[in-house]
Amino acid sequence: MNFKHKYFFLFPGLFVLIGILIFPIIFVVRLSLSGWNSYNPGLDYIGLENYIRLFTDDPRFWESFFRLSFLSVTTVILQYVIGFALAHMVWKDIKFKRFFRVLFLVPMMTTPVIMTVIWRTFFHESLGPVNDMLSVFGVAPKWLTDPVIAKFTVIIVEVWQWTPFMFLLLLAGLLSLPKEPFLAAAIDGASPVRKFIYVTFPLMAPISIGAIIIRLIEASKIMDTVYVLTSGGPGTSTETSSFYIFIKGLREFQMGYAASMSFTYLIIMIISLTIIAKVLTKLLLKE
Amino acid sequence: MKIIKTCLTAVISSMMIFSPMAYADKWSDQFPHIKATGDIPGDCSYEKMSKKNYKGKTLKINTHAIPVMGEPTALHAEQFEKLTGGTVEVTHTPAGDLYSKAMVPFQAGQAPYDVVFGFSNFINDWKRYLAPVPKKYMNSPEMKDVTKSHMGVSSWDGTMYQYPVDGDRHYLKYRKDVIDNPEMQKKYKAETGKDLKVPTTWKEYGEMAKFFNGWDWDGDGELEYGSAEVMKKDDLMFAAFFSRSVAYAKNPRTPGGFFFDLETMKPNINNPGFVEALTDWVEATKYVPPGGTNFGLGDEIGSFGGGQTLFSFSWDDAFIAAMQDDSPIKNKVGAAPLPGANKVWNRVSNSWENQYNQAPYIVWGWAVGVAKKSKVKDMAFDYLCFFSNGANHQADLAIGRFGVNPFKNSDFDPKIYINSMGWDPEIANSYTKTLLDMEKSNNRVFPLRVPGVFEFTSAVATGTSKALAGQLSPQEALDEVAKEWEAIVGRVGKKAVQDAYAVGVKMEDNKL
Repeated sequence: MNFKHKYFFLFPGLFVLIGILIFPIIFVVRLSLSGWNSYNPGLDYIGLENYIRLFTDDPRFWESFFRLSFLSVTTVILQYVIGFALAHMVWKDIKFKRFFRVLFLVPMMTTPVIMTVIWRTFFHESLGPVNDMLSVFGVAPKWLTDPVIAKFTVIIVEVWQWTPFMFLLLLAGLLSLPKEPFLAAAIDGASPVRKFIYVTFPLMAPISIGAIIIRLIEASKIMDTVYVLTSGGPGTSTETSSFYIFIKGLREFQMGYAASMSFTYLIIMIISLTIIAKVLTKLLLKE
Repeated sequence: MKIIKTCLTAVISSMMIFSPMAYADKWSDQFPHIKATGDIPGDCSYEKMSKKNYKGKTLKINTHAIPVMGEPTALHAEQFEKLTGGTVEVTHTPAGDLYSKAMVPFQAGQAPYDVVFGFSNFINDWKRYLAPVPKKYMNSPEMKDVTKSHMGVSSWDGTMYQYPVDGDRHYLKYRKDVIDNPEMQKKYKAETGKDLKVPTTWKEYGEMAKFFNGWDWDGDGELEYGSAEVMKKDDLMFAAFFSRSVAYAKNPRTPGGFFFDLETMKPNINNPGFVEALTDWVEATKYVPPGGTNFGLGDEIGSFGGGQTLFSFSWDDAFIAAMQDDSPIKNKVGAAPLPGANKVWNRVSNSWENQYNQAPYIVWGWAVGVAKKSKVKDMAFDYLCFFSNGANHQADLAIGRFGVNPFKNSDFDPKIYINSMGWDPEIANSYTKTLLDMEKSNNRVFPLRVPGVFEFTSAVATGTSKALAGQLSPQEALDEVAKEWEAIVGRVGKKAVQDAYAVGVKMEDNKL
């Protein structure tokens, strides 16, 4: 049987793939080797100049990368813990189960930028309701103007917005678990805590790894929350890699340099997420 | 016969005398926006525009988000459509993206927008993609009325690329009901030993702001604070920093560059004058409202305009907002020149000169140009001319959120503000005098307008925000900015930056 006709069916998909995935990456690599900026538009060739500048003369990029690592790892851990707790809660037969399942998904369904504007209003230190309420207790945290607290404000907003995603994945995982191991544990008289530690958690490990990796990929692109909430401030204390690349590329119009940062960032993320996935698999799926 | 002749003469005379009024009634009925003045005769008046026919043509505009500049753009677009029969499509874009939204298609050789709004300091990067303003408009009486400063801001070496629709400068706004209050003056004198008056130096500004910080000095049951300033990184904070720097670093006896030494292109940004200004600014974080170090321009307008602070300085908008009919502090505010300093840095002798210095900052403002590749240039320029015609301009000036500020010589007549906006005559006089004096000053600073201007201002925003956040000392922060500026000059090319900067220096040194 001649299978040549299969190429005829493959080509459209292949073209689309090349058009929307491969071409932009190749273009970014080419752009990163140029000095394209506001006063010198065009794909001239300047070799590895942008990369040399990035690795030898731009500590701000690396600072923003380590800040991003802290923010994304912290938010994803919190999202996992809270998401798992909520999913576990509505997995059981409780009253208004359906209502809670929908309620917990609401933050994810809202528009991130709009919600961040609302959070910024909440946390406004002189006009916002949060400090207004806290003033009863004589405290008024500097939510957006203290370099340390501002990081946690970003974390709060991110956790609120994206925990539902974690909740959804973990709930789907819980609902798909086989019943037999739980029956066996019940016959053995295992307490709820032991049942969770020795049955539920190990059975959920593959789904947990997937959920954590997906959220880490998403969290590492954190940009809109920072843009709206703090603009990377105070100082540079909440500036993340994607926000910094945005500043260099679309504010300062250093397109070539921003492309070199984007490509470097992509490589770092591929390597680090692969390592994280391997470590998680080894830790959670050792048995 | 004589009686008939007399009556006829009287009728014709009265028709001639009241003809503008007749226009006013006709057009202001249809367009309530100009009800205070009616149509004002001119090259781009409502009457003249109604005779144009742009049916079948479409004008595409990229402007700022509503309300600042975005709202008047959309309003005048709608009026223009009704008058000319053409179609006007308006796209609204956040301030931070105005540059790139026009620049990306410009660089790709496209013109998705016929009219692009931005800021006047974009001019160097944009000018090669914009059509110069045609002579017809340059010679119009409306254009002849534009102040010399704003003709300069809209032009590059004698050629106008940006159509003047707004005039911007930074000046001091203060609570007149507090500063002029004898009881407050007595209290201030008793507790500090100093006189309470409109501050003429930044040190006085700081002392008064600190004194009036954190207590209810207007008896409204709410706490008030010292000063509202734009301190949020990347939200125009660099302009606020330059406003504080001019007093210490713009020395009329050392021409040849405020931002750089024009001859060597060595940045001045980390000299003791700028460092002193940043030190003052770091101190200011103690007398702004809670969260004040994260205030953008909108927050500053809301804070001062809402009666939360004693002082503010930046563009007109906060002052106009405070003087609107719905403001709780209407007719309780005053305008004055930016504070000065009792010493000024001499970058030639490398020493402080202990004498009073004050310098107005003619900061960049809203600017708009027509794309060179636009296919409807006539329509685009007519729209811009209509946007800033006499009637629209006067009506726009009265609405703080519109962001349209005085840029015509006729705008400095206090009667406009007294009669059509209900301002207290003393306040109207102080406002127009403050603006007019800036026009007359020989020690002005103009915005930096060099290739890659965003890189320079972004470096200032990053450095100064690090100092405000306590991450670096003022000297360390500005040393970092200077190092970055040197690197940018190296990347852009010293000659390119120097040639462009020379044009701005000529303006500052009163040679253009």
